[in-house]
Amino acid sequence: MSEQHARTAENEHHIVSPKTYLAILFALLLGTALTVLASYFDLGEWHIASGLTLFWNPVVALAIATCKATLVVLFFMHVKYSSRLTKLTVASGIFLFLVLIGMTLADYTSRAWGRW
Amino acid sequence: MSAATIVSLPDQATARIPKMNFITKENGLLSWLLTSDHKRIATLYLISITFFFFIGGALAGLIRLELLTPQTSLMAADTYNKVFSMHGLIMVFFFLVPSVPATIGNFVIPMMVGAKDLALPKINLLSWYLYVLGGLMMLYTMSTGGVDTGWTFTTPLSTHYLNTNVVSAALCVFVAGFSSILTGLNFIVTIHKMRCPGMTWFRLPLFVWSMYAASILMVLGTPVLAITLTLVGLERIFHIGVFDPAFGGDPLLFQHLFWFYSHPAVYIMILPGMAVISEVVSTFSRKRVFGYTAVAFSSVAIAVFAFFVWAHHMFIMGISNYSALIFSLLTMLVAVPSAIKIFNWAFTLYKGSITFETPLLYAFGFMGLFTIGGMTGVFLGSTGTDIHLTETYFIVAHFHFVMVGGMLMAFLAGIHFWWPKWTGRMYPEKISQFAAVVTFIGFNFTFFPQFILGTLGMPRRYAAYPPEFQALNVFSTAGATILGVGYLLPILYLTWSLKYGAIAGNNPWQATGLEWQTQSPPLTENFTEIPIMDHEAYDYEWLERQQEKEVASVG
Amino acid sequence: MEEADHPHHEEHPSYQRHHFESVDQQFDATNFAMWLFLVTEVMFFGGLFASYLIMRNWYYRPFVEGSHQLSIFWGTANTAVLIVSSFTMAMAVWSAEVRRKGTLLLCLSLTLLLGFVFLGIKGIEWHEKWEKHHVPGIHQYSIAAFLDPASDPEVHKQYPDDQPLPYDLAQKTEQYFFLYFAMTGMHALHMAIGCGILIFMIVRAKAGAYTAGHVTFVENFGLYWHFVDIIWIYLFALLYLISRHG
Repeated sequence: MSEQHARTAENEHHIVSPKTYLAILFALLLGTALTVLASYFDLGEWHIASGLTLFWNPVVALAIATCKATLVVLFFMHVKYSSRLTKLTVASGIFLFLVLIGMTLADYTSRAWGRW
Repeated sequence: MSAATIVSLPDQATARIPKMNFITKENGLLSWLLTSDHKRIATLYLISITFFFFIGGALAGLIRLELLTPQTSLMAADTYNKVFSMHGLIMVFFFLVPSVPATIGNFVIPMMVGAKDLALPKINLLSWYLYVLGGLMMLYTMSTGGVDTGWTFTTPLSTHYLNTNVVSAALCVFVAGFSSILTGLNFIVTIHKMRCPGMTWFRLPLFVWSMYAASILMVLGTPVLAITLTLVGLERIFHIGVFDPAFGGDPLLFQHLFWFYSHPAVYIMILPGMAVISEVVSTFSRKRVFGYTAVAFSSVAIAVFAFFVWAHHMFIMGISNYSALIFSLLTMLVAVPSAIKIFNWAFTLYKGSITFETPLLYAFGFMGLFTIGGMTGVFLGSTGTDIHLTETYFIVAHFHFVMVGGMLMAFLAGIHFWWPKWTGRMYPEKISQFAAVVTFIGFNFTFFPQFILGTLGMPRRYAAYPPEFQALNVFSTAGATILGVGYLLPILYLTWSLKYGAIAGNNPWQATGLEWQTQSPPLTENFTEIPIMDHEAYDYEWLERQQEKEVASVG
Repeated sequence: MEEADHPHHEEHPSYQRHHFESVDQQFDATNFAMWLFLVTEVMFFGGLFASYLIMRNWYYRPFVEGSHQLSIFWGTANTAVLIVSSFTMAMAVWSAEVRRKGTLLLCLSLTLLLGFVFLGIKGIEWHEKWEKHHVPGIHQYSIAAFLDPASDPEVHKQYPDDQPLPYDLAQKTEQYFFLYFAMTGMHALHMAIGCGILIFMIVRAKAGAYTAGHVTFVENFGLYWHFVDIIWIYLFALLYLISRHG
């Protein structure tokens, strides 16, 4: 029982200040403005190899989206101040999501490579 | 078999079922239907899944009857399609997936970790109601014409070319899936947050480790099935979607998403069975499980690897060669942790004091049949042989060996093992041993010929087959009849034991584990005081000292 | 923030359930349970994202031109609305933690209002799609705007370089809209459920349920609300932004 008390939820005891929330809000709105602005320009591409091209617009849009999501997760959802277990849970969800998308997309991409 | 037994019952002349227990605590239907007691919910589940098991079993009987003759004699081919589809759907989603977790798991996990209940008792009750709702929807689906897509809802057959109850079936599986998610979620939270003082992870019974692994799969995998079935429903209703080539969709996308859940699903089904076997093997050889850490970590390893191998169900469907190669390699890897567990159980038995009570008979059945089923899985994981064996009766035999020879036997082992704790009464040992043997014999007669049929080339899901396969099919159906008897007997004698069984006392098996330190049936709150765990798992010396202390204090 | 009513062995706060040994354990357990639920939601939406990415790969030009039919203005507005609502929700959790009932009610009400604004804007966008016959499967889906971009002057002005699509590719724009409605619809459903729970919470907050030390419900709902915001952040990027330059 005392172990439970020792392992108290850090969320409950670390109260994130409104100032932090405000700062994150501005960062998120700025990120939104940035990503919309970036979408107005054709950011070009990167020819990695023959048949393999990377277009920068989607990369930038997703990168900014990920930054925004990270801020929401860490600060609004208190993960920065949470236990290792919470962090591990979030990480495992993201990891599995990437496995689903990655391995499925890998099948589709490699179909074009023909039979050996 | 020798007459040796470890069963230790109280003096039957003076023994009584404890007056205050979770069954007698409150009376009335509502006290059961609105309960938050995990043990009552487990009992509700036990009744429900037994009901669906027998419906699924009746459908199996119809399949085997039809397959007595090479022609479609008993029913039209379309009807046959419905029969095996409903058999699969009911057995997978309404029996196997909730079998051990929702019944034995619900009953025993809080006691094993030393808690008064699961972390979220109301969610637990909700999961049962979702199961019942899904079950009612399944009954509705069956009575209004059934579904004939196979349990796998393959597109575009299911979204475009059939006029059976696809949406209704998809919806009922969706609902049952949520029942499963909530059960798994509850277990994960309980195991992390409700362990009693002193109960470190490595003092937990291995049952808990395997259930934990299965719960991770339930929570992470089932939502993908949910969205996939949603998309199937949308495509069917709105005639546009991503799975039908007629609209530009891809049937393989459906299969990727479907099997992303359905492969982990098979581990959701088998890990709880393995959980039971760990407990049973230890108790009936009076030895701690050999290689505790290996068994614990292999359970988690199975759960992790389970997510990386799904496309081995799609080798012939049009995935790329490179994909097939990777998935085949990973499939070989996933077999390893399962094998580790079999070895560890075998080494537990080695030099143990073995007695042949019914749970151990079922456990032996499990170990042998699961090994065969698992090894045939390796043939299927290898792309070269899979091309010939897939979609034949070899597959049918493979998954019935692991699911019926494996999981169902483990379920029966668990039911018999915890029956005295659950009801306060012992089942009759002789007839139950007989039923176990009958089941084992019936099972082998039913499903072993199907391996041969598969290698000879008999396709699965066909109502008619070439006449040269008839002999083996008749043999298989004969076995199914024996198997049916083997499954009917427990219903009869377990029900009988509720009134006439011997009083079990707290610990008839002299097992370790916190649940055996409580009365049978347990109190609603499990423990009058939260226990403090001060010994390792499977500590039979500790148990001996406890018993000496009891004798000393009584005498 | 130490609990003023730190539980004595027999006594415990009225909101502590009997199977828990302490309020901390209860908070811990329910918080963890909410995170697990959110992970199931990640996997649930994951299937939709996977489908979208694959179909976009297959039918690149139809998906690009389908995306051009969406209004950047409304999409950005909705993104801003949701981000601010996440802020107000976080402030609501803070208000509950520091036990300021008035502020809590204000923040919850603002969050609800913004939620309704979001759904309203979604309604406007969907209505526009309905009017233009871009709702797949029902209401006679029309590929006219894709066979001849000039026939849709509004969009054509923004994307003058869009070429007419061949007939079969023009038909594939229906796939884009199927996924558009599936994804935004699923998201809107989650928003609507969130709004419903917010109404419940406002009623309870008024009664002082969350400002006496028991912040669990508000905190856990906050997690859900932020999650729905994150889904929208990705939807906005994937549906609206990445195809503006084909």
